[in-house]
Amino acid sequence: MNQVLALPTTHDEAWRYADPAALAALDAGELDQWRDITLAPGEATCRVLVLDDASPGVQRLRLTLAQGARGAMFAIASASAYTRLEVEVRLARGAHFEFGGVTVGGGEATREFVTRVIHAEPEATSNQVVRSVHWGRATGNFLGAVHVARDAQKTDAAQNFRAILLEKGASANAKPELEIFADDVKCAHGAAIGALDDTAGFYMAARGIPPEVARRLLVRAFIADAFVALEDEAQRDDLLEQAVARLEGSRL
Amino acid sequence: MLRIDNLHATVGGKEILKGLSLTLNPGEVHAIMGPNGAGKSTLGYVLGGRPGYEVTGGTVTFRGQDLLALDPHERAATGLFLGFQYPVEIPGVSFVQFLREALNAQRRTRGEESLSGGEFLKLARAKAGLLKLDMEMLKRPVNVGFSGGEKKRAEMVQMGILDPALAILDETDSGLDIDALRVVGEGINAIMRQQDGGPDKAVLLITHYQRLLDYVKPDFVHVLAGGRIVKSGGPELALQLEAEGYEAVAA
Ligand SMILES: Nc1ncnc2c1ncn2[C@@H]1O[C@H](COP(=O)(O)OP(=O)(O)OP(=O)(O)O)[C@@H](O)[C@H]1O
Ligand SMILES: [Mg+2]
Repeated sequence: MNQVLALPTTHDEAWRYADPAALAALDAGELDQWRDITLAPGEATCRVLVLDDASPGVQRLRLTLAQGARGAMFAIASASAYTRLEVEVRLARGAHFEFGGVTVGGGEATREFVTRVIHAEPEATSNQVVRSVHWGRATGNFLGAVHVARDAQKTDAAQNFRAILLEKGASANAKPELEIFADDVKCAHGAAIGALDDTAGFYMAARGIPPEVARRLLVRAFIADAFVALEDEAQRDDLLEQAVARLEGSRL
Repeated sequence: MLRIDNLHATVGGKEILKGLSLTLNPGEVHAIMGPNGAGKSTLGYVLGGRPGYEVTGGTVTFRGQDLLALDPHERAATGLFLGFQYPVEIPGVSFVQFLREALNAQRRTRGEESLSGGEFLKLARAKAGLLKLDMEMLKRPVNVGFSGGEKKRAEMVQMGILDPALAILDETDSGLDIDALRVVGEGINAIMRQQDGGPDKAVLLITHYQRLLDYVKPDFVHVLAGGRIVKSGGPELALQLEAEGYEAVAA
C-alpha cells in the first residue's frame, strides 16, 4: 500500500468526460481524501453543497446509511474551473438516498457529478436528479453508477439527467451504469440533452415577456426539478436563487 | 388599427402567404374562414413574429407603427394579442407568475408602473371569474394538464388580463363545449367590444364554424385560401359558407 498515488486520466471510465488538463494539475494526495458521513439506524441528514469558486477541484464524500436511515444531498457545481463532486453511498436495509444536483456555467470548465450508489441490502431506495445548464464551451456531466447486491431485493433506484445547452459550443454527457445482481429490483434512468424550448419562448413573447426574462423563467423552472425533494423551503429557495444567479454572464 | 398590404411569407422555405391584404378599423370584428392548410394560423404567427416565419414581401402597419420591425414581445406591448390554436404548456412556471411577468413587462415597455402582487391577483381573479375559470387553476403550471377547452378559456383569461387593442384569435372556439362556447363568446365581447368612453379595439377571429359568430357578431367575413383573401363579405358570407362550402362559394 505504499505505492505512489497515480493521477486519474480520461482513460479511466469514471473520469472519461473530465478535463485532461485539469486532471494533470490535481494534487494526488489531496485527491485521495474522502470525507465520511455515517448515519445510525433511522437517522436522517440533509447536506447542501455549493461548489463555486471558493471550492473548485475534486470533492469526495462517502455516505454510509444504516438500516432505515435517510441521507439527502443537494449540490450546485458552478465554479469557473474544473469541478467534480464524487459521492459514494452504501445503503443498508430500507435506507434512502436522495441526490439533487445542478451544474451551471459557461467558460471552458467541466463540472461533473459522479455518484456510486450501492444497494447492499433489500428494500433500500435512491433517487437522483441532475440538471445541467451550460453555455460558452462548458461541459456538464452526470456519471451515476448503481450497484445492487445479490440479496438486495425490492431495491428501487431512479436516476434522471437533463441538460440545456444555451450555446452551440457547450456540451453535456450522461453515463448511467447499472450493476444488478438481484432479480426483484426497479432501476429507472433517463437522460435528455437539448436546447431551450423555442415554442414556449415564442408563447411567452406573444404575451409580452422579453426573451431574456423568458429564458430566465424557463431555466429556473428547469433547474428547480433538482431541488424539489429538498424539504426545507427556505433552503430550497436559497439554493435555487444561487443556481439562477450563476446565469449572469450567460447570454441570458 | 391594422393594415396588411400584399403580405408574402414563407415557412420552412415554402411560400404560404402569397399577397394577403386586409384592413381592420377600430371597433370592427372580422372573421377569417378557410380550408385547412390555407395559411390562417400562419397569418397569426407572422403577425406575432414567430421565429421561422419569414416575411418576404409586403407591409403591416399596426396603430401607426411598422409592426414587422418590432420584436414579438414589443408587438404584444403595442397591444397585439395572439390567441393560440394550440396553447403551449410550460412546466414549472405557474399561470400567475407567467401573467404577472407578462403584464408588468408590457407595462414597463410602455413606460407604465408595474402592478403589485395584490393588484395583479385582484385583476386575475376578476378576469378568471368573467370566463368562469376556477382561480385555483391559475396557480398551476401554464396549460399543463389543462383540457383542450380549459386551455382555450385560459387564453381568454389571459386576454382579459392583458387587455389588448387587437386580438387575433386562432380557433378559440375549437374544443369548447356548448356552455363554454357561450362563456367564451360573451367573454370576448366583454373584453374586446368598445365600452363607453373606452379605447377602440378590434378582433380578428379565425374559425371554421358559424357557432362562435352567433355570439361574437362579425362586421366582415373573409375567405382565406391559398395564402390570400379570395372573398370578403358581411356576416351572411359565413352562413353561406357553412351551407354551401368553400368550393362552391370561393372557387
Ligand atoms: N415548418 C413548415 N414547413 C413547411 N410547411 C409548413 C410548415 N409549417 C406549416 N406549413 C404548411 O403551411 C400551410 C399553412 O398552415 P396553417 O397552419 O397556416 O394552416 P391553417 O389555415 O391554419 O389550417 P387549419 O385550418 O388546419 O388550422 C400548411 O400547408 C402547412 O403544412
Ligand atoms: Mg390553423
